[in-house]
Amino acid sequence: MTSAAMSAPAGVLGVISPRGRVLPVVTVVAVILALWYLLAVALNYTRVSELLAGADPDYTISDVIKGAWTMERPVLPAPDQIATDLWNATIGLKVTSKRSLVYHAGVTASATLLGFLFGTILGIVLAAGIVHVRTLDRSLMPWIIASQTVPILAIAPMVIVVLGNVGITGLIPKSLISAYLCFFPVTIGMVKGLRSPDPLQMDLMRTYSAGTMQVFWKLRVPASIPFLFASLKVAIAISLVGAIVAELPVGGAGLGARLLSGSYYGQMVQIWSALFMAAFLGMALVYAIAGIEWLILRRAGARA
Amino acid sequence: MPSEPTAKVVDLPSRGKNPGGKAAASDTIIDIRNLSLTFQTADAPVFALSNIDLQVRAGEFVSLIGPSGCGKTTLMRIVADLEQPTEGSVTVNGVSPREARLKRSYGYIFQAAALYPWRNVLRNVELPHEIMGVAKEEREAKARRYLELVGLKGFEKKYPWQLSGGMQQRVSIARALSFDPQLLLMDEPFGALDEITRDRMNEELLQIWEKTRKTVIFVTHSIDEAVLLSTKIVVMSARPGRIIEVIDSTLPAKRTLDTRETPAALDLAHRVRLGLKAGHSYD
Repeated sequence: MTSAAMSAPAGVLGVISPRGRVLPVVTVVAVILALWYLLAVALNYTRVSELLAGADPDYTISDVIKGAWTMERPVLPAPDQIATDLWNATIGLKVTSKRSLVYHAGVTASATLLGFLFGTILGIVLAAGIVHVRTLDRSLMPWIIASQTVPILAIAPMVIVVLGNVGITGLIPKSLISAYLCFFPVTIGMVKGLRSPDPLQMDLMRTYSAGTMQVFWKLRVPASIPFLFASLKVAIAISLVGAIVAELPVGGAGLGARLLSGSYYGQMVQIWSALFMAAFLGMALVYAIAGIEWLILRRAGARA
Repeated sequence: MPSEPTAKVVDLPSRGKNPGGKAAASDTIIDIRNLSLTFQTADAPVFALSNIDLQVRAGEFVSLIGPSGCGKTTLMRIVADLEQPTEGSVTVNGVSPREARLKRSYGYIFQAAALYPWRNVLRNVELPHEIMGVAKEEREAKARRYLELVGLKGFEKKYPWQLSGGMQQRVSIARALSFDPQLLLMDEPFGALDEITRDRMNEELLQIWEKTRKTVIFVTHSIDEAVLLSTKIVVMSARPGRIIEVIDSTLPAKRTLDTRETPAALDLAHRVRLGLKAGHSYD
């Protein structure tokens, strides 16, 4: 999926980094970094001043700042510390290493994608049922909405533990959590999309005496594609969240497991690295979807 | 009607109710008798159509003209089985509108082109054949032929948004013609076009009709258009929607845009205008 985004022509890249917008983007990043460094000083101040006071009571304010940005176990690490750790954990290590963030991101990504696949299929099937069967429309929708009000953090450990007890471990339980989260936007978007043909387009099919399946494949599905992709972008992002949440209770491999062990050992730098890795992974996934959308819509004659 | 093979061509009275039992001519394509349609709304029933009697013979070009809300579109939708009458009977090719629709015996052209934006022009015209399960080569060849007929050769690979409104409507005409139905139902097809484009489309429609000699029912607001195109003009009035007058055209078979300026055409237009006025005085 990522390769599609990589090989996608300038149209997609144009979305990612539109020309002439570099300066504003850089400015925003610079402001965020500056604030971050200030915040790092403020949050680490107490610990740093304690440490400095223990060694030499005549410390200066520049000692405090320097100390706050280079602490081994900071409350809030400085951005360059996170960047260094990220670098070391990705480029600096073999992908096969258990400490490589690429490896962990890969584990999370596979659960995310599998869950996304399950969720998308479930979402589309539910939407097709809801659009065609009035009873399903009335009976299913409240349950679908209710399913999303259940806090995932509460049921994820239960699902993992229960499935673990019956011998299902690894990828499947994690992707089920992902699927549970991500079918929802797909259902909502596809119900809207499958109902989007206007009455005239539907009447036209009727004048040809088209069957329900023909109307579905030749009219409803093509008309729903823009809605589908809007939903898929939301779905893949929350599918990633689901996978990470599912990794929290069990540990082992994956970005969620890195978050868990980081907080267990008080390794704030490790936690932040894992968070950034998750953010990068999420961006890559969403842009991959955008790339596929661009390719499909271009094939379907969308305006350039 | 096949059920009554001995029936002679009967010129039905253009005004008033059909006494019933009168047989239609054997080449009658559409036979509407005593038809009424009432919509039940929350506050009061709306009498969309009331006591409609109309016979259309093969090869006729019949225009339905009248003010907005007179039910002319509804009447055509009933013929197309897109709407159900509350009273009376309709036959299309001697069978019910539903059977006629299932046999795909008419092509419907809507006020908007109703093209599918994700299909290019060629594939839009192929759509009816695709649904009917015609083989790829055959439906493509037919689509290309009818696109040529409506003057859109070379536009096969364009998408609807790349075409003007007039061209889009021509694509929809090619699409309706592509599977060669005997009957064309045209619902204000040029209503959304500017006058210049409309004139050109009228001219092309005359040529197409000359070449194909299909039976056409044509809904319009425009007196000029009705006079120029029709062999029979049905004047309707609103609330309840009913037929005021059926005028047979006195114009020659061969027509051009200039035909509109001839005394016969002006006289015909005058009669239509009088009919519309008469309908108006009822409310």
